Amino acid sequence: MSEGRDGARAACTRKTAEIAVALLLMALGAIVIYDSLRLGAKWGSDGPQPGYFPFYVGLIICISSALNLFNALRIRPEKDKAFVEVGQLKLVLVVLVPTVIYVGLVGWLGIYVSSAIFVTLFMRRLGKYAWWKSLAVGVGNSVAFFLIFEVWFQVPLPKGPLEALLGLD
Amino acid sequence: MQEIHSLLEGFVVALSFKNVGLMLLGISLGVIIGVLPGLGGANGVAILLPLTFSMAQQPGGTTSAIILLSCIYWGALFGGAITSILFNIPGEPWSVATTFDGYPLAQKGRAGAALTASFTSSFVGALVAVIVITFLSPVVANFALEFGPPEFFAVYLLTFCAFVGMSKEAPFKTLASMMLGFALASVGTDPVTGTLRLTFHTQVLLSGFDFLVAVIGLFGIGEILLTMEEGLAFKGASAKINLKVVLETWKELPRYWLTSLRSSAVGCLMGIVPGGATPASFMSYGVARRFSRNGSKFGTGVVEGVVAPETAAHAAGTSALLPMITLGVPGSPTAAVLLGGLLIWGLQPGPLLFVEQKDFVWGLIASMYLGNIAGLLVVLTCVPLFAAILRVPFSVIAPIIIVVCAIGAYTVNNTMFDVWMMVVFGVAGYAFKKLSYPLAPLVLALVLGHSAEASFRQAMLVSQGHLGVFFSNGLVGTMTGLALALLAWPLVSWAIAKVRAGRAFG
Repeated sequence: MSEGRDGARAACTRKTAEIAVALLLMALGAIVIYDSLRLGAKWGSDGPQPGYFPFYVGLIICISSALNLFNALRIRPEKDKAFVEVGQLKLVLVVLVPTVIYVGLVGWLGIYVSSAIFVTLFMRRLGKYAWWKSLAVGVGNSVAFFLIFEVWFQVPLPKGPLEALLGLD
Repeated sequence: MQEIHSLLEGFVVALSFKNVGLMLLGISLGVIIGVLPGLGGANGVAILLPLTFSMAQQPGGTTSAIILLSCIYWGALFGGAITSILFNIPGEPWSVATTFDGYPLAQKGRAGAALTASFTSSFVGALVAVIVITFLSPVVANFALEFGPPEFFAVYLLTFCAFVGMSKEAPFKTLASMMLGFALASVGTDPVTGTLRLTFHTQVLLSGFDFLVAVIGLFGIGEILLTMEEGLAFKGASAKINLKVVLETWKELPRYWLTSLRSSAVGCLMGIVPGGATPASFMSYGVARRFSRNGSKFGTGVVEGVVAPETAAHAAGTSALLPMITLGVPGSPTAAVLLGGLLIWGLQPGPLLFVEQKDFVWGLIASMYLGNIAGLLVVLTCVPLFAAILRVPFSVIAPIIIVVCAIGAYTVNNTMFDVWMMVVFGVAGYAFKKLSYPLAPLVLALVLGHSAEASFRQAMLVSQGHLGVFFSNGLVGTMTGLALALLAWPLVSWAIAKVRAGRAFG
């Protein structure tokens, strides 16, 4: 997709992303170390304490992330390519944001209704399909999944007000 | 011979009407999964795993369940080749080498020949690997019956060090990703003492992170986000396979028997080592190019250049199951998911499986023979159908795949928390892929975390805390030594490169 010169601009450079991920992992490693020390990471009377193994895991995360951070900081500006371009980021968010809203809706409306809405709107907005086509695929998809999971495999999935209204719970 | 006898009994199990039906279903689903963006062997099997829970509870059901899931795996392996050849999009990392000659062939209008060659050589590679599994796995299992906790921990150590030593990615990124997997695995109840770890007094973390959710998020959602970024113009070569093309290609293939043989050997050897399928396909492509008489034409679209990587990738993908069933150590993410399935069904993978669950093991091995034959027939006859799936626009396929992933994540434990975690893992998978943090070690560590930790702690209990137990006899000492050597390998090769560079410039 051509977004012009603006779309090819880096939304975030590789260096920034490398540093962010390394710092995030270091923070996670630190949390692991902290909790392991709380539980005891030494050698108890009856063998290794519960924190023994995770402690070293956390330690290795921190050490290797520190080295990754060190490598990231050495990336020279002229070699620092874009991690994601503005145009690409837009495309990614166009999928990610609706997905997050969709998962939020599942807890409220149940999976079948929210899936129908999600597929329909996705096709309508991104695929520029006619309303009736989008709606047909969205609803048809949910009905198919309902038959497969609830009827055939008898695996209950989250349901909401519509299913309650129809007595399908 | 004992193996032949057991194998024949296995065929009796695998050839039941129901199991053959499941085989065909699995292969077809697998090819579709392999063809679709965002779905691959690992997360496809992960999504379908919960559906087998009730199936596995019936008598003989675990065999049917593993047949279904392993056939999805074979199907996905076949499917990866379709996208590589027709669309120049490798469905799986080990299909990358297939694009080198497969796509040029398709552009020359010989897509049918390329597909036939790739399917046939996949089949040959898989067949060789299954024969190896048939005769080698009972030996390995028998040998491993003597293993105690130190030996098992040494095997785990070897597995994980192999990742660091053999990975193309930066060693510290591999290490960070792997340890993140171990950390996630240790959330929840401590397997030895039952203490709660890393839960921070929250309800949702009590049961820990399920690796199935991680697999669905990392490989499914992450892949969708990556695909989205590249824009979505799928421009594929058209695929027509008819009997004439198939027969003509088959007439040509015996010429490459030496390449096939070499690639199968490379594949089997590398497949047993974790993460081996991808290096195996590249390595055998390189070897074939060097030794082939028309090596200089490689990359312009020669059939031999498709035969080499495909044979090796399938041999490796199949032989990745050998350490899984004999030692309980999977060689690839998909094998890891299958291993997780075994654990959920109540089977303990490892050497005892060959003693206690003979029907299961030999049914599985027999189904590998049958599944690959079925797979070859299905893909050869249905390629146009599968290629048509790829022409469905992404704006229709993408939301449906996201819905499928959400359903898959939910059904693992029936909690919405897992669906949220799937989204988080999806974003993490996207970032990790872009920054070339390898995902396979993370998944394997998440699956094996508990077992690795338990065997480590048991070994330490036996030895009263002396690390010397990992060198206490020849076997465990060799394995530990080899593991440490692999771990140090990136450092050694870095040093060699430095010295060489120093010489060249100095």
